[in-house]
Amino acid sequence: MHLSVIAKILGLLLMLFSATMLPPVLVAWIYQDGGQVPFLTSFVIIFVTGLLVWLPFMRANAELQTRDGFLVVTLFWTVLGAMGSIPLILVLDMSITDAVFESISGLTTTGATVLSGLDEMPRSLLFYRQQLQWLGGMGVIVLAIAILPMLGVGGMQLYKAEIPGPMKESKLTPRVAETAKLLWYVYLSVSVACALGYYYAGMEPFDAIAYTFSTVSTGGFAPHDDSVAHFNSRAVELNGIIFMFLGGCSFALMFTAWKQRSPLVFWRDPEFRVFLGLTIVYIVIVDLILWFSGVYDARHENLIPSAFQVVSFSTGTGLTSGSAALWPSMVPFLLVFTSFVSGCAGSTTAGMKVVRAALVFQHGVRELRRLIYPHGVFALRFGRRPVDDQVLQAVWGFVGVYITLAVLMVLLLNATGMDIATATSALAASLNNLGVGVAGVADGFADVEASAKWIMCVAMLLGRLEIFTILVLFTPMFWRQ
Amino acid sequence: MKIIILGAGQVGGTLAENLAGEQNDITIVDTDAARLAELSDRLDIGTVAGKGSYPSVLRQAGAEDADMLIAVTNSDEVNMVACQVAYTLFRTPTKIARIRAANYTAKEKLFGGEAIPIDVIISPEQVVTDYIKRLIEHPGALQVVNFASGRVQLVGVRAFYGGPLVGNQLRQLRKHMPNVDTRVAAIFRRDRPILPEGNTVIEADDEVFFIAARNDIRAVMSELRRLEHSYRRVVIAGGGNIGFRLARSIEQKYKVKLIERNPARCQTLSEQLQKTVVLEGTGTDRDRLLKANIENTDVFCALTNDDEANIMSSLLAKRLGARKVMTLISNPAYVDLVQGHDIDIAISPQQATIGSLLTHVRRGDIVNVYSLRRGAAEAIEAIAHGDAKSSKVVGRAIEDIDLPEGATIGAVVRGEKVLIAHDDVVIEPEDHVILFVMDKRRIRDVEKLFQVGFTFF
Repeated sequence: MHLSVIAKILGLLLMLFSATMLPPVLVAWIYQDGGQVPFLTSFVIIFVTGLLVWLPFMRANAELQTRDGFLVVTLFWTVLGAMGSIPLILVLDMSITDAVFESISGLTTTGATVLSGLDEMPRSLLFYRQQLQWLGGMGVIVLAIAILPMLGVGGMQLYKAEIPGPMKESKLTPRVAETAKLLWYVYLSVSVACALGYYYAGMEPFDAIAYTFSTVSTGGFAPHDDSVAHFNSRAVELNGIIFMFLGGCSFALMFTAWKQRSPLVFWRDPEFRVFLGLTIVYIVIVDLILWFSGVYDARHENLIPSAFQVVSFSTGTGLTSGSAALWPSMVPFLLVFTSFVSGCAGSTTAGMKVVRAALVFQHGVRELRRLIYPHGVFALRFGRRPVDDQVLQAVWGFVGVYITLAVLMVLLLNATGMDIATATSALAASLNNLGVGVAGVADGFADVEASAKWIMCVAMLLGRLEIFTILVLFTPMFWRQ
Repeated sequence: MKIIILGAGQVGGTLAENLAGEQNDITIVDTDAARLAELSDRLDIGTVAGKGSYPSVLRQAGAEDADMLIAVTNSDEVNMVACQVAYTLFRTPTKIARIRAANYTAKEKLFGGEAIPIDVIISPEQVVTDYIKRLIEHPGALQVVNFASGRVQLVGVRAFYGGPLVGNQLRQLRKHMPNVDTRVAAIFRRDRPILPEGNTVIEADDEVFFIAARNDIRAVMSELRRLEHSYRRVVIAGGGNIGFRLARSIEQKYKVKLIERNPARCQTLSEQLQKTVVLEGTGTDRDRLLKANIENTDVFCALTNDDEANIMSSLLAKRLGARKVMTLISNPAYVDLVQGHDIDIAISPQQATIGSLLTHVRRGDIVNVYSLRRGAAEAIEAIAHGDAKSSKVVGRAIEDIDLPEGATIGAVVRGEKVLIAHDDVVIEPEDHVILFVMDKRRIRDVEKLFQVGFTFF
């Protein structure tokens, strides 16, 4: 464990993060909403904190080990969540619990909010919330690796601890800094495309950018109380569907497709096919239920808003085009449960990821076949590639721990006074970084107990960092020299 | 530079480690996924598991835009086919391959041009053999490397009490030997580099690197330590590729005995070697060593492919009275353990061969690269091109060249002439400049120095 190097990197990352307080200053200046002073103050506070952490260790030099990577990433996300709350406290005079909840919710691309009356708030603050999600989407550390060459070799340890998915070793290019750069370029390009789409669908530029930030990152914050329903526009919803779905796809895959100039690359990827298939199945089920229960009057009115909801839930985004909580039958909880599988590995979504769900399913099928042919040998394949048993074990370990944690936290939330349906919804909203709730939390999280908010904060971080990165810190072996 | 390395063995792994530290995009290919995982954990490189000669594997490794392919798998055939595939399908500009079998390398028509498209063939065994041979020719030297086809040599020696210069300032060297021109390129004292200047005092146990013309080497060495007699009797343990090559190349000048374990191999060796006495047995067998007259041996070389056996047999030979022992050690961790105590010189095959590969990777027109002191320092022979306008070195006196920290110019070779570097020597176009770089992190700056500005074209 190299604590001095960890402190040095942490300080450096904080100084880097402080720069993200500057765009809101610009927004505040454009709209003259009085946000300049609080954001500049936050900038100074965070920068100076980073400097103070960095200065004593600026000469520290050692290679980061895998262990250090976990610690840096967990510390950084926690500290960032706390620091990100500063502008919220300064502008809105929120309580610390609420501000930290809001800030972590943004950064982890959850999108669960305690705020209401958004339409009257300063635009700089609204912009800041959206921007938090966008930064958290591809990962602040991946961004840091891309632009800070000093993270060099150790960068790989950080990259592995932050990037989601079961095959963390795969890089697009030999050097991790280049890979991080490419991922951010792809992310940026998709964001630009999404913003243009929203703009042509009829949004004003501020909204187009703000909604892009939460769409591509599969975040879910909106600068309006009624989210996307505010526009009541099929074009906006369609654009949202496309880019939330893209946000749920692997960005590495998008890069490969772009490099080979062939959309077939998507089709050849087994995870993408499963993701697409699942999404279509969800849409059809929900649509049929809505159709037969007569929630929408006309068939053509029905499809796009409901598809929007489905994609928003299944990618863990949480933008809404109406209140899904009021839909009949099993639809609300079906949607909540889709967020457990969520998007593909290497996307901006949380949840268990499609690839893991597919592998677990295939493994189940293999066990069934073994019952029929006890001596049969069945290779497990994903797409055409055989899957290594070690990967499979890791996947099972992950899924097991994920579900156990989910159940435990539902019980904990239940203990804070929520009924079990509400607790389940709140847990899915936080652990899967979904952000919207049904049942008792359908109208936001403002009225939730403080203790439940802190539990949700932990769940959001666990979900974003794929639980093991954080859990490993709680094993005694980790701290043994 | 984008470089694909086939084979994650000792040479491949060391190479990847050396190159990844120098801002290159390295992808390494091997069939052993566990070995790859271990490497990628430690280094910032890409890995691909699969057979290096398959087009699909090469494509996956990025052959389409790679600048260089280095094929150092265990199999000559895979290396050759991989180069052919890279040339035919991907038009990879530079292809380097390790070919071991002399049966292939003896036929020059096989390679390049219309035949198997390999630009550079490297043969690590030959490089290591030459390396050991030079050490045997220069008793007392820790490392000897050649520049300008052997006209100039860089020699590393440990200074001992009894050498006339020990305890004196470097500038005394001239007074001691008015006829010999030499330049001390670097001094390592307790493993820390010291930049040599006129008033630097040489202490006993310093490791001194100096550059001189080949014929002057012995004279300079006599200044630094009591001169050892030339070696005459050599015992080699291990009749593998390196042992055999070494025996063959020195048996005319030295009395060589070769100990080999495998009876069938002994038979072959005795058929192919003229004067060498081939003994069956192992180097760790005390009796066998005594029979080989070990107490009167000048040099004992342990050259089997087993580190532990090499070390043990060397210790034994030393105890039994061999004057000098040289030991082939692949595991870098062992080298630090044993060198300088009972084992006089530990030879790392990776470090000896890495230089010949680095020569082709370096930017600028570099003729030779040698890795010194287990890779911490490097000696480079570069050709200065261009004119006073386009080059940062041509037309300037050595004292005016803006050398990076820790780098010194040791000598300049102009045609057939060897000029030992003094401050007033002016570099001319096409001179071969020999540099010593104490800190490998400065290599980039040295490369830049020898790259010609755009005005040249």
